[in-house]
Parts: sequence; C-alpha cells; structure tokens
Amino acid sequence: MGYNLEKASMNDIFKTWSEEYAIYAPKCLVGKGAFSDTDSVRYSEIQDIEEIEFDKKSDFSFKEILTPISQTLFYFTEEEIKEAEVPKKGAIIFLRSCDLHAVKRLDEIYLKNGFEDYYYKRIREKVKFILMGCAYSYENCFCVSMGTNQIDSYDAAIEPYKKGYRIDNKLPAWEEVFSEHCEKELEVTPSYVTENIVKVNVPEGITLDIVKSEMWNEYDSRCINCGRCNFVCPTCTCFTMQDVFYTDNGKVGERRRVAASCMVDGYTDVAGGGAYRKKNGQRMRFKVLHKVYDYKKRFGYHMCVGCGRCDDVCPEYISFSNCINKLEGAMAEVKKNA
Amino acid sequence: MHNEYIPFLSEIKEVIKHTSIEYTFRMTYEGKEVKPGQFFEVSIPKFGEAPISVSGISEGILDFTIRKVGKVTDEIFERYVGDKLFLRGPYGNGFDVNDYKNSELVVIAGGTGLSPVRGVVEYFSEHPQEVKGMTLVAGFKTPKDILFIEDFSRWKKNMEVILTVDCAEDDSACRIGLVTEFIPQLKLKDIKEAKAIVVGPPMMMHFTTQGLLKEGFREENIWISQERKMCCGIGKCGHCKIDDTYVCLDGPVFNYTKGRNLID
Ligand SMILES: Cc1cc2nc3c(=O)[nH]c(=O)nc-3n(C[C@H](O)[C@H](O)[C@H](O)COP(=O)(O)OP(=O)(O)OC[C@H]3O[C@@H](n4cnc5c(N)ncnc54)[C@H](O)[C@@H]3O)c2cc1C
Ligand code: SF4
Ligand code: SF4
Ligand code: FES
Repeated sequence: MGYNLEKASMNDIFKTWSEEYAIYAPKCLVGKGAFSDTDSVRYSEIQDIEEIEFDKKSDFSFKEILTPISQTLFYFTEEEIKEAEVPKKGAIIFLRSCDLHAVKRLDEIYLKNGFEDYYYKRIREKVKFILMGCAYSYENCFCVSMGTNQIDSYDAAIEPYKKGYRIDNKLPAWEEVFSEHCEKELEVTPSYVTENIVKVNVPEGITLDIVKSEMWNEYDSRCINCGRCNFVCPTCTCFTMQDVFYTDNGKVGERRRVAASCMVDGYTDVAGGGAYRKKNGQRMRFKVLHKVYDYKKRFGYHMCVGCGRCDDVCPEYISFSNCINKLEGAMAEVKKNA
Repeated sequence: MHNEYIPFLSEIKEVIKHTSIEYTFRMTYEGKEVKPGQFFEVSIPKFGEAPISVSGISEGILDFTIRKVGKVTDEIFERYVGDKLFLRGPYGNGFDVNDYKNSELVVIAGGTGLSPVRGVVEYFSEHPQEVKGMTLVAGFKTPKDILFIEDFSRWKKNMEVILTVDCAEDDSACRIGLVTEFIPQLKLKDIKEAKAIVVGPPMMMHFTTQGLLKEGFREENIWISQERKMCCGIGKCGHCKIDDTYVCLDGPVFNYTKGRNLID
C-alpha cells in the first residue's frame, strides 16, 4: 500500500520504531570525504528523517551493520568461553536498489555456502529494509548493466516528495502505523534509473586463460594495494580472525573477526613466508574475476552490483568498470596467443 | 541455531615426538565421524587458531601431527599431557577410501604431507584385501625428519613401502632420492587403472603428478590435497578461495581433474 506522509509524521513513526529498532541511513559528514574538501556520506544511526542524505550516493555501504568491521565472537579465559551478546534491537536500514541486491550476496555467503553463520544470522533476522528510490544515476554507477537498478524485495520504499515523503509499504506489520500517520493513501512506485553514463559489458565465454593476459600488468604499479575498493564494496565479505587480550589481565580476552581485503598484503600468507598473488595486478585479477566471473560460476549470478563505489574511492583513479570492459579484449588476446 | 565458531575443549592424552619440531598430539574427541584428510581448527585463546589435519582416527581419539612454525603452533608445543586445547571441526571433504577400493593404490607423500593421508594408509594396512595392491612412497629431507617411523615397520607387512630421504650421511634403513625418482620404478599391473594420492609441498605435488601422468596414470585417477590460508574453515572468510572453489569446503582433497585448474 502507498502513502503520502509529512516530515513530522515520519518522525513520529521513527519514534514508534525506535522502541524495537535502531534506524540506519546514509548521512552527510561535512569535510570527511576521501579527497580534501569533500564530504563523506556514510551510514550512521539516525533519529530524525531529515538526517538522511537523499541526494547523494553513500561512499560506504550499509554492510557494516550486518557484518561489522570488527565483530567480537566470544570472550575467553584459559578454559572458558562466553559467546558475545547480540544487539538487543533490530535494525531498519535505508538503502538503494544496488545495495538491496548486495544483501542477497551477503546472505549467499553467510547463510549458505556450506555453513550458516551464527553471528550474521542473528543480526540479519531482525533487519528490515527501506528502499530509497533513485530518481537519477550518480557518478560511476553501472547498475543497469548489472541488472541491479530495480528491486521489489523491500519491506518499504521511500522517496522525498514535495515537503514530505512517499512510501510504498509491503510489510503487513507496518500497515497500521503508516495509515494512522499518512495524509493520504495512493499508489506509489519507487523510481529507478534506466540508464547510466557508465556501461559495462561482461563478455560471455571468459575462461581461466584470461589469467595469462597482459592486461593485469598495468595494475602492478598503478594499484597501491590499499584495499579501499574492498572496504567500500557492499558485496565483499572477507574477514580475518584475531585474538586479543586485555593487558591488565593477560588471561582474559576475546576472539574477533575483522574485515579483510584480498588486495592487501598478508591476505594469502601462510606460515613459513609463503604467499600467493604477490603482484598487485594479480590481486586485481583475482578481485575482478571474482566479481564478474567465478562467483557466478558457483552461485549463478554476478557478485558485483554496479554501485561504482570502488571507482569513487580509489586513490589511484583505477576504474573497475573500465577494467571489466577490457575483459573481452583480454580474452581475444589470450586466444590469439594460445 | 548452531554456533560453529565456538570451539570445544579437548585433552592431550599423549605426545609423540617425531622430530624436534614435529609432534603428534593425541587428543580426546567425541563428535561427528571424522575422515582422513579432514581438518580441525586447533586453537589456544590469545594466540589464535590454526587449521590442522587429522593424522589418526581411533575410538574417542584424534591425532594431530603438528609442525612448530609460528604463533599458534609454538604455543601448542608448550602444552603437554593433561593440558587442553580448543578444537572445532571436522572440516573439509577428506579422502573417501571407497574411491580406492579394488584398485592398485599408490600413495606418495612428502614430509608432513603424510599426516593427512596417514588414515588412508592405516585403513588399507588393516584391510589389505580391499585393494589389489598398495605402495607407499614417503619422502623426507633427512633421516632426522622422518615422521611415524614406528608405523613404517608395521605397514611394510601389508604393502610395498619406499621410504626415502633427499640426503643422508649414513646408509640408514631408507633410500636416498626425491620421491619423483621412484615413480618409474613402480611395479603396477595396470597403470591405466591404478590410483594415486599425492600430498606434500606444492612443488613436490606438481612434479610428482607430472611424473605419474608421464608414466601413464590417468588424470581422474590422481588425488591431491591442498593447503591454503584459512581463517574460518567453513566457507565464510574467503582466504582459501581459488576461482570458484573454496578449499575449506570443496577440498582440501581434490581429484586432479579439478585440482589442476586451481590457479591462485
Ligand atoms: C587444510 C590444512 C591442513 C593443515 N594440516 C596441517 C597439519 O596437519 N600439520 C601442520 O603442522 N600444519 C598443517 N597445516 C598448516 C598449518 O595450518 C599452519 O602451519 C599454521 O596455521 C601455522 O600457524 P601459526 O600461527 O603457528 O604460524 P604463524 O606463521 O604465526 O601464522 C600463520 C598464519 O597463517 C594462518 N594460516 C592459515 N592457513 C595456513 C596454512 N595453510 N599454512 C600456514 N598458515 C596458515 C594461521 O592461522 C596464522 O594466522 C594445515 C593447513 C591447512 C590449510
Ligand atoms: S584498486 Fe585502487 S582502491 Fe583498490 S587496492 Fe588498488 S589502489 Fe587501492
Ligand atoms: S565491485 Fe565495485 S561496483 Fe561492484 S559492487 Fe563492489 S564496489 Fe560496487
Ligand atoms: S577458510 Fe574461510 S572460506 Fe575457506
């Protein structure tokens, strides 16, 4: 059901929700951007709907709410283990179509792929998603090429409209609160973009021979393996285990998992000094093929959702979408040399 | 909801010292059935976790043969009988002994590579009638590095055993030479149908599989076991992924038709 709501009414609804949920949305942080004098749009907990940045793309994704950068798994003494507590409240997350598509990728790894992840599941079960419609495309977005520009699987959708908001609600539990607070009921369809300036072509028929292409060498020196492209990506899920102990009592500590990046040194290190993919170009190859080739072989659809954040953030101005567009030529090159 | 990350305590029942840096820890275990080639995350709070293969499986007991190489394994070597370690697992696919039944089987192991495959060797040593023939080629750097030395004399009764070292000063009970040098000398009735398991350091596995193929082994009759960095063992952390394969879930044991396509 669709509704028209005023700002004040939205905030009243926020108050009701806040008993059960923490509300997360992209918020503009002035002067905190990746480059000097730029702002940064990041996810934070909000109380007021006016805190939400509706006009820009968020630099970081929502994923840290579901997969915190550092997450305590349990506390330990030498022989005892105590599981970390789950956040009491659930979460309501405001996000765009590409990011809601990314949730499916997170679920694929954390809820399926062999084992169910206890820590992910217990947060995920209590999350509701509110889609923010996209009236226009942002810089570097290529969601249309990836087929992630539109989505129906939201709990509710929202868009600023005149001085208030338009909502499309799909969650029966929220019908009452929306109809109580709304100005009027009407049909609402969230907007979505149908064209981006950036377009990518993931060629059919990529084979592993593409590893041998010369195209990767360019990144050996251009890429500085900072890993920012992974940390902003809504579909990257890797982590490393870490044991820490509190210095005042050496016997007590905790085991955590912290976000990891396949671009950063140490990702493949094994004891005795062994490491794979020492060159940055090979790391780029590993990342790119995972996003648009081998993930699909395993799970049936591409991992990358075309949000363009990796392009936005790269300090070396490396374009991931450009890289995808070189794959076709790279396949031709390795076929010729075969 | 089950929490796979919470480890359980296991008591060290016995410590068998093979070399100065390689010990077998015999640990108490009650839980899911375990296959040779599977592994556990062995941990000590404060120091972390390390994936370690089971090197022996018996009633209520699991063996882990551990090489002392760093943070976690150094600390494990500080523990002794009566102490406890944390475990979680079993993880990975492991070897399926049914793949080798009624065949001529050759197991070629380099160094600690013998531990993941030791369960398979034990199985056919106890059930020699279930294979048409069995050869074990085990290579170590020097006589001092030999693992499971007391097992070899037992195994010799039921299979062909070639124990070799890369170099040695005295003429001890073993031969001298890389495991690959013994491949052409394998006495097999039907090489096209014979099966092989190769486990060891990456270079050793590479040259050994090449040697076997050259002798006429079929790719689909060769199995290898891979090691990669692993932080979770359960398909989540991403570190072990190669192409569309998660070594912790789909491996670490791979048929060579799949294993040869794993490009890091
Ligand atoms: C499936 C599998 C089975 C293994 N079986 C055995 C075994 O039976 N016996 C044995 O001695 N060793 C085995 N290893 C290697 C063993 O896991 C490493 O030697 C151990 O993790 C080193 O940990 P450390 O903290 O002592 O060393 P450090 O050098 O201090 O730390 C190495 C870091 O790399 C991580 N790591 C993850 N995977 C590996 C890996 N494959 N090799 C090295 N480091 C790794 C560790 O968790 C640690 O964070 C196996 C590895 C794998 C993947
Ligand atoms: S591609 Fe760019 S953002 Fe990613 S690791 Fe390299 S330099 Fe950093
Ligand atoms: S790879 Fe880049 S464009 Fe694709 S989902 Fe990740 S951050 Fe977005
Ligand atoms: S070890 Fe974590 S995904 Fe395989």
